[in-house]
Amino acid sequence: MNAPLILNRRRVLAGGGALIVSFSLTNAFAQDQAPAATPPLRRPGSLATTPYLDSWIRIDADGSITVFTGKAELGQGFRTAFQQITAEELDLPFESLEVITADTKLTANEGYTAGSRSMQDSGAAIQNAAAQVRELLVAEAAKRLDLPAENLRTENGAVISPDGRRLSYGELVAADMLHVQAQPKSRLKDPATLKVMGQSVPRVDIPAKVTGGAAYVQDMRLPGMVHARVVRPPSYGAQLTECDSSAVEKLPGVVKVVRDGNFLAVVAEKEFQAIKAMNALSLAAKWKESASLPKQDDLLNVLTHLPSQDFTILERGDPSVLSSKSIEAIYTRPYQLHGSIGPSCAVAQFADETMTVWTHTQGVYPDRQAIAEMLRMPPANVRLIHVEGSGCYGHNGADDAAADAALIARALPGRAVRVQWMREQEHAWEPFGPAMVTKLNASLDSNGKIAAWHFEVFSNTHSMRPGGAGALLAAQHMTQSFAVPEPKPLPLPEGGGDRNAIPIHTLPSARVVHHFIPAMPLRISALRALGAYHNVFSIESFMDELAGLAGADPVEFRLKHLDDVRGREVIEKAAQGFGWKRNVRPADRGHGFAFARYKNLAAYCAVASELEVNRETGRPRLVRAVAAVDAGQVVNPDGLINQIEGAILQSMSWTLYESVTFDDTRITSVDWQTYPILRFDAVPESVEVHIINRPGQPFLGSGETAQGPAAASIANAIANATGKRLRDLPLTRKRIKQAIDA
Amino acid sequence: MMTLKVNGREHQVGADPDTPLLYVLRDDLKLNAAKFGCGLGQCGSCAVIVDGKAVLSCITPMVLLEGKQVTTLEGLGSVSEPAPIQRAFIEEQAAQCGYCIPGMMMRAQALLLKNSKPTDAEIRAALEQHLCRCGTHMRILRAVRRAARLMETTDASSTANRSAQ
Amino acid sequence: MPSRANEVGISVFKARSNNKFKSMNMTRSSRLIASGIAVVLIAGAAMAFAIVWRPVIPAIDPPAPHAFDPALIKRGRDLAAIGNCNECHTVRGGKNFAGGLPVPTPFGTIYSSNITPDAETGIGQWSEAAFRRAMRDGVNRKGEHLYPTFPYDHFTHVSDEDDRALYAFLMTRQPVHAPSRENQISFPLNQRPVIAGWKLLFLRRDSYQPDATKSAEWNRGAYLVEGLAHCGACHTPRNVLGAERKSAQFAGGDVDNWLAYALNDRSHAPVPWDADALYMYLRSGWHPAHGTARGPMAQVVSNLSSVSDSDVRAIAVYMADISGAPTPERKQEGEAALAQARSPSQASQTDTVGATIYVGACASCHETSRPLPYGGVNLALSTAVSSPDPRNLANVVLSGVSAVEGERSPIMPGFADSMDDAQMAALLNYLRARFSKQPAWIGVEKTVAEARRAVTIYHETSAGPRNAPADPTQRDKP
Repeated sequence: MNAPLILNRRRVLAGGGALIVSFSLTNAFAQDQAPAATPPLRRPGSLATTPYLDSWIRIDADGSITVFTGKAELGQGFRTAFQQITAEELDLPFESLEVITADTKLTANEGYTAGSRSMQDSGAAIQNAAAQVRELLVAEAAKRLDLPAENLRTENGAVISPDGRRLSYGELVAADMLHVQAQPKSRLKDPATLKVMGQSVPRVDIPAKVTGGAAYVQDMRLPGMVHARVVRPPSYGAQLTECDSSAVEKLPGVVKVVRDGNFLAVVAEKEFQAIKAMNALSLAAKWKESASLPKQDDLLNVLTHLPSQDFTILERGDPSVLSSKSIEAIYTRPYQLHGSIGPSCAVAQFADETMTVWTHTQGVYPDRQAIAEMLRMPPANVRLIHVEGSGCYGHNGADDAAADAALIARALPGRAVRVQWMREQEHAWEPFGPAMVTKLNASLDSNGKIAAWHFEVFSNTHSMRPGGAGALLAAQHMTQSFAVPEPKPLPLPEGGGDRNAIPIHTLPSARVVHHFIPAMPLRISALRALGAYHNVFSIESFMDELAGLAGADPVEFRLKHLDDVRGREVIEKAAQGFGWKRNVRPADRGHGFAFARYKNLAAYCAVASELEVNRETGRPRLVRAVAAVDAGQVVNPDGLINQIEGAILQSMSWTLYESVTFDDTRITSVDWQTYPILRFDAVPESVEVHIINRPGQPFLGSGETAQGPAAASIANAIANATGKRLRDLPLTRKRIKQAIDA
Repeated sequence: MMTLKVNGREHQVGADPDTPLLYVLRDDLKLNAAKFGCGLGQCGSCAVIVDGKAVLSCITPMVLLEGKQVTTLEGLGSVSEPAPIQRAFIEEQAAQCGYCIPGMMMRAQALLLKNSKPTDAEIRAALEQHLCRCGTHMRILRAVRRAARLMETTDASSTANRSAQ
Repeated sequence: MPSRANEVGISVFKARSNNKFKSMNMTRSSRLIASGIAVVLIAGAAMAFAIVWRPVIPAIDPPAPHAFDPALIKRGRDLAAIGNCNECHTVRGGKNFAGGLPVPTPFGTIYSSNITPDAETGIGQWSEAAFRRAMRDGVNRKGEHLYPTFPYDHFTHVSDEDDRALYAFLMTRQPVHAPSRENQISFPLNQRPVIAGWKLLFLRRDSYQPDATKSAEWNRGAYLVEGLAHCGACHTPRNVLGAERKSAQFAGGDVDNWLAYALNDRSHAPVPWDADALYMYLRSGWHPAHGTARGPMAQVVSNLSSVSDSDVRAIAVYMADISGAPTPERKQEGEAALAQARSPSQASQTDTVGATIYVGACASCHETSRPLPYGGVNLALSTAVSSPDPRNLANVVLSGVSAVEGERSPIMPGFADSMDDAQMAALLNYLRARFSKQPAWIGVEKTVAEARRAVTIYHETSAGPRNAPADPTQRDKP
């Protein structure tokens, strides 16, 4: 590929600007030193851990300006948003900026690009860094012009004096001027005067994507690059007992067969030669398999009977409120796929004792750590560069493909090796979104308000992302293998399986228990929204059941139990946009409503939906959905709308159709026949998103905010249309038909 | 060696006749737009146009392409001179990760070539075998409708910023 | 008052038309023959006025849904699934049972009728007696004869009790106001008394008589197959008047440009069918030695997936008896086909165009170790490849097998747009030579061209994925 990409990076590496010395100092700091002790007042976003301004913004003597983020563009469009933020705070033309994303040699360590945190972490860091850089530049100009700083203004990449004298940023910047730690507070632009932020600036990545430009790691072509394919075991834990690869090695174009224990791969000059050789190699490989998987049909019992560590994460009681009637319910969610359309891919090259891996991982630093450990190399000799891939929606095969590429490239020193997984491998080997069970019971007081609330959630960890090598498939399969690290629950307030398990509602008595299950019968990790998807589905379905018990309108019932003003406004906005009316719905259709604040600390979102059910076949059809969202200050309204629209449709697909299938040994959902997802036939007639903008308020992540509410909104609409409550995901046509016929 | 006509140019290609077109486009001709998604004809990411019709290049062996005209997304237009379908997708911001989009666009282009005013149902039916995982469907539908309008008018207005909704 | 047009054509069943007699290009000679026959029939009908005339059955007020016993309705639902009612009475994406599906016949286009309980346009004003008369005699409530596209030559065998359950089921559906479309039939066949003549010749009104020498299961199967399930409507060839040829029962027939395979001893299935295989196929939509149901059969197995196990088993037992025990020779051929299917791939041989296409376009699914129904059947086991007529194979290769929204279901991409007629013919001839013991087909390219034309029409009129749920392996799973 990817000439432009590489040239850009070379330019950056070669430096040539005034700040190169300080930059590399910062770079060293960012990678190898522990973060500075937390100052009394915490710096905003990722400035807290990477405080030097020149870790974020670099100004060359020629005036070119580069923004660095340790986050990875995954198709959410934040590259554009960061460019907007910087242009705004530094008074620069939007087009003049370049954004460099996650690269262990160039950018700050911002951990994972996950949890809808890019705007909160990196966006906030860049915004404040840009504002502070602007102040430094103005101060420098003031010194040179011998004028008070408040008399100067900035415009179009320069500081301008009242008499019209102009000093460009390039002229002003001096050796280590920006190599200073950020202040906790910045003088940000007045929200009333914003010019670039708050506008729906078109995304900078889309033109290349719609014209065949090199946009993805899948599109990379390095000089002399060869193509590899991995032959994965047929099931978890399978042992390679026999593999005569001599015939495969003689196939046209084959460069090498790589075997290390149960890790088996083949390298060829051309991609289709590699695929043919992979097919031949998998016929030659004999495996010993063992039946280790639980019963797919009985996940409720499987999960609730595995040993668990139990955490009571909320306990509140008000004995003065008396219960009059109560209900209980159990909700389940199966294992579900990330299901990237483009199977995972990576390119690796081992040269001069250095391993370079181009990858669509969500965390270049943690993945570098894991790959270095797997290769038994010092991390400093391993460089990971993020290049966008097909959308991942969490921890999919990206890190594993990167490890595959690195392991194979080490066997072919000097040559760039491109590995892409096959569709069946992505489906069977990606770490799935974990199955979950929730048990609820609640009671109403004599006024129809919730008196007591009990919620239990049973789930695995929701992150088995690399930190150590043991998280990587290749490292698990090699002869000197690494053990899968011990799973840990993710800490609250964000949480994992218990994400959004604590209700946001005002409840006199409430108890919430998280049953953390360490044993993982299936390979699992983070899937967009983590536990919040199922917890919100459960809570918001149950709110409707309680509203029914109280004889109340679902929207009114929610408002009655919510004090949070921003939350109430979001609910009211969605209801109003939808035209919500109590007990009014067309024949054969149902209306559903649901609301949540993601993680109870990120964006607010409410979704109202209208859904039609075919009473003969049970087939549901989502007719329309209307959402309202409050994500704090909005940088790019259209980008936010795109994220919410996408979250609703993706959640619709999870909710109505999706479950991983398996027998006692193998995963059996291995392609789009066996793991069906949303198609155009079922796409709603309309999806409307209403934004409540909060200028001056902190950015709130939004990418994972609508999945839970959309799921519950759909479930509630089905219940409204059919009179039947479905509590087991997915809410398939067959289950709806069974419920109707029962 | 066989002659393969792609985007109006003839290429001498040494691939075996059973090699699917997708790999020749990506590997030999260094074209990026057609994507590997499944290799099974189940997702549509690899769609290109052959003699005016959308086909799945991952299951179209070279032997079928003798004397035929292949068009990929690169052949329709460029960033500086986008074709109507490309302008429409940019103007509607109809992509998230964008991996499935080139296939969708080629399918839509083939539809619009034979039916300049498709109904919503016809657009959905044409795209039925294409999968999108980001949930960009609403925008894709809008972009195809916009492309139909753009193709009708000779007016080639610029890809101006969309205002906030 | 409802117009007359709304009252005609109550329930019509898709004519299992002989492809050579497609209405769109009916030949001149066939018109002459048809007209001549019609004249004879009119004469016959005139002589038998008493047989022709049927009284109006008085209209009733549509009964309230709760007037019916829920258990009866439930039984009616299963029976309606066995009868495949939705296939003809629901158009793609349309309202359930509201009719309007165009059914091309050799004699013109007939539109299926609205059988929802809408008073004005459906059967809301029909008493149970009127419904039973339609099933038994092919006469609507107003006393008009119905075209035999509605297969009352089979439904006449349905018991009173089952008619009552079907009536209860239909009368409790959502009423839909959907006026019937006027049939496009030319004179003299548009004269309904002609139909009385047809009935005189071909309609045998008798209830099912159990065969005491057979098991209860066999008798149950026979009752369903010959009656409500009307399997012969597709699988039995028809005579020039569109009636099933009883002498060639289950010898294979035509439907929607597909060949409905022979189910008797003339079956060309590479592996002979038995009751277990039939049961699995009808129940799940596929069988490892036979492949996956597609074309019009997909809807049938989809419907059968929701009916009782015992009824599907009974149908399988009866049909297995119809096909008879295989000869030792047939058995041997079956073993050979299974062995060929198990043998390692020969996919690397690409000496001909057909073989090269197969390797590049087909082998990635049809020669993998993946089990059915998602792996793609090994073509040595395909009845389509061994069939005397290449039409079905052409249809599948052209159109593929569409995904069903949100359901686990086999997907096969269609190749209509990537192969021209000559290339597809080369592929089909290669498949025939490599995977079948049968002699080469003749005129494959022409068949492909005809199938390509017909496929377009079929797609416009067929029940689409939305109405064809099929989940072959995961019946009881999420």
